[in-house]
Amino acid sequence: MNPQDLRKAFPILNQQVNGHPLVYLDNAASSQKPRSVIDAIVRYYEHDNANVHRGVHTLASRATDAYEGARAKVARFLNAASEREIVFTRGTTSALNIVARSYARAVLREGDEIVLTPMEHHANLIPWQQAAKATGAVLRYIPMQPDGTIRLADVEATLTDRTKIVSVTHVSNVLGVVNPVKEIAALAHKCGAVMVVDGAQSAPHMKVDVRDIDCDFFAFSGHKMCGPTGIGALYGKLELLEKMEPVEYGGEMIEHVDYYDATWKESPWRFEGGTPIIAGAVGLAAAIDFLTDIGMEAIERHSTELARYAYDRLSAIEGITLYGPRERAGLVTFNLEGVHPHDVATVLDTEGVAIRAGHHCCQPLMRKLDVTATARASFYLYNTEEDVERLVAALIKAKEFFGHAIG
Amino acid sequence: MQLDELYRRVIMDHYKNPRNRGTLDEDSVTVNLNNPTCGDRIELQLQVENGVVKLAKYTGEGCSISMSSASMMTDAVRGKTLDEALGLAEKFSAMMQGQPVEFEEYEDLEALSGVSKFPARIKCATLAWNALRKGIEAGRQS
Repeated sequence: MNPQDLRKAFPILNQQVNGHPLVYLDNAASSQKPRSVIDAIVRYYEHDNANVHRGVHTLASRATDAYEGARAKVARFLNAASEREIVFTRGTTSALNIVARSYARAVLREGDEIVLTPMEHHANLIPWQQAAKATGAVLRYIPMQPDGTIRLADVEATLTDRTKIVSVTHVSNVLGVVNPVKEIAALAHKCGAVMVVDGAQSAPHMKVDVRDIDCDFFAFSGHKMCGPTGIGALYGKLELLEKMEPVEYGGEMIEHVDYYDATWKESPWRFEGGTPIIAGAVGLAAAIDFLTDIGMEAIERHSTELARYAYDRLSAIEGITLYGPRERAGLVTFNLEGVHPHDVATVLDTEGVAIRAGHHCCQPLMRKLDVTATARASFYLYNTEEDVERLVAALIKAKEFFGHAIG
Repeated sequence: MQLDELYRRVIMDHYKNPRNRGTLDEDSVTVNLNNPTCGDRIELQLQVENGVVKLAKYTGEGCSISMSSASMMTDAVRGKTLDEALGLAEKFSAMMQGQPVEFEEYEDLEALSGVSKFPARIKCATLAWNALRKGIEAGRQS
């Protein structure tokens, strides 16, 4: 793959920001969209738009085919056994909330355990806190090594016969750590727990095979993988989804309704109350085509190599602290000594370099790292080593500016 | 956008040499506020006597804009009645919206006017002032 060529597929990247060509390094927050995805959404609205599943007219059939076709595409993308294992959601957050509200509350009893890691995003933390509060279950954390990695021996030591749910991020959005989810899933199953994987940072960057991982649930967002905002999916093993109660009630998700009661459609449709995110699903399908044409293995290699290159280049700058191990997925998180990450990000922005600064929706992890905030540069298929050089140059400028201003 | 427009010398001076950083005794009005989007945090304490802010102190963590704003604010409200302090907060809000504002008695604050051109940073500058508003409210009730 050639990032310079791929770049041309993304209209937004061809612009100046504050007088400099844009270097977009905030992909872990949200990726940019290729022309093919934008076109697919426009084409859907210009030719096929209608509500799904209930019209008999031609446009309704086209819209339904597009929507259900997108579901089948997501199923293939994750190597799910059936498209009925794919629930469309607003994104990772709402996908994890479905599991925590429906599955967890039905299964958890007082004293049962939900096991997480200390590096979870708020989206894979707060739903479990609430499920624990509602059921009397307790949260337990797998200890983390100083470099942010998880050891399987520690997983084994944390799990007990009271563990009912293990929910772990596949890739940390702060540390870049890739967790051994397949091995953790095997350990979870050994003690009778289900394995939930937060795939928000992995699905965009690597080949995900839910059957190989053997996870019970897997959640991801479309907008971090070249798709539009407002669409994502929950993969769930069919035998689990079929037993789960809906979390939203209304049109679309019902089978039979009378004035006093109702019954539900089968999964996954019972989880999709109301008019679904049809154009979003169409855009997500186009994004999956775009990514699979390039090849997920090639994308993973590119992001990983770029992150390692950035890690080494930033390590060489005096006053920079990097968080997480050198072996990492496509992002680097760091701080510049004596300069708050917000100030770093503002200086970088005036140089046309977009990064993220803040707690990255990981407040407990920030406290563990003993920082209030960090700066993060995250890469994707259109980023290049030149982008990393622009980042480095802008960081040196920030260092000089604040060294001078504070000095 | 010019960096010097945002990070004026006065701001960096308050960041480097914060005024009124510290704590007051327990009977002062205490407000804790954080900025949930970025993690900036301030604890503001006001010593209010007969409707007048005798002393204001703060502790916290944040960027140069939020901490220098806290430093200036605690200086500016000292000796002011609660109404006057609220008036300063209103004036500061107006400045953040880009309106031309003068702080005759405490000109340092005008150095923060450049923040209005950096929309993402306005919430940094207003954190201390939002804490002040809460403190004034609490001071009125006590």
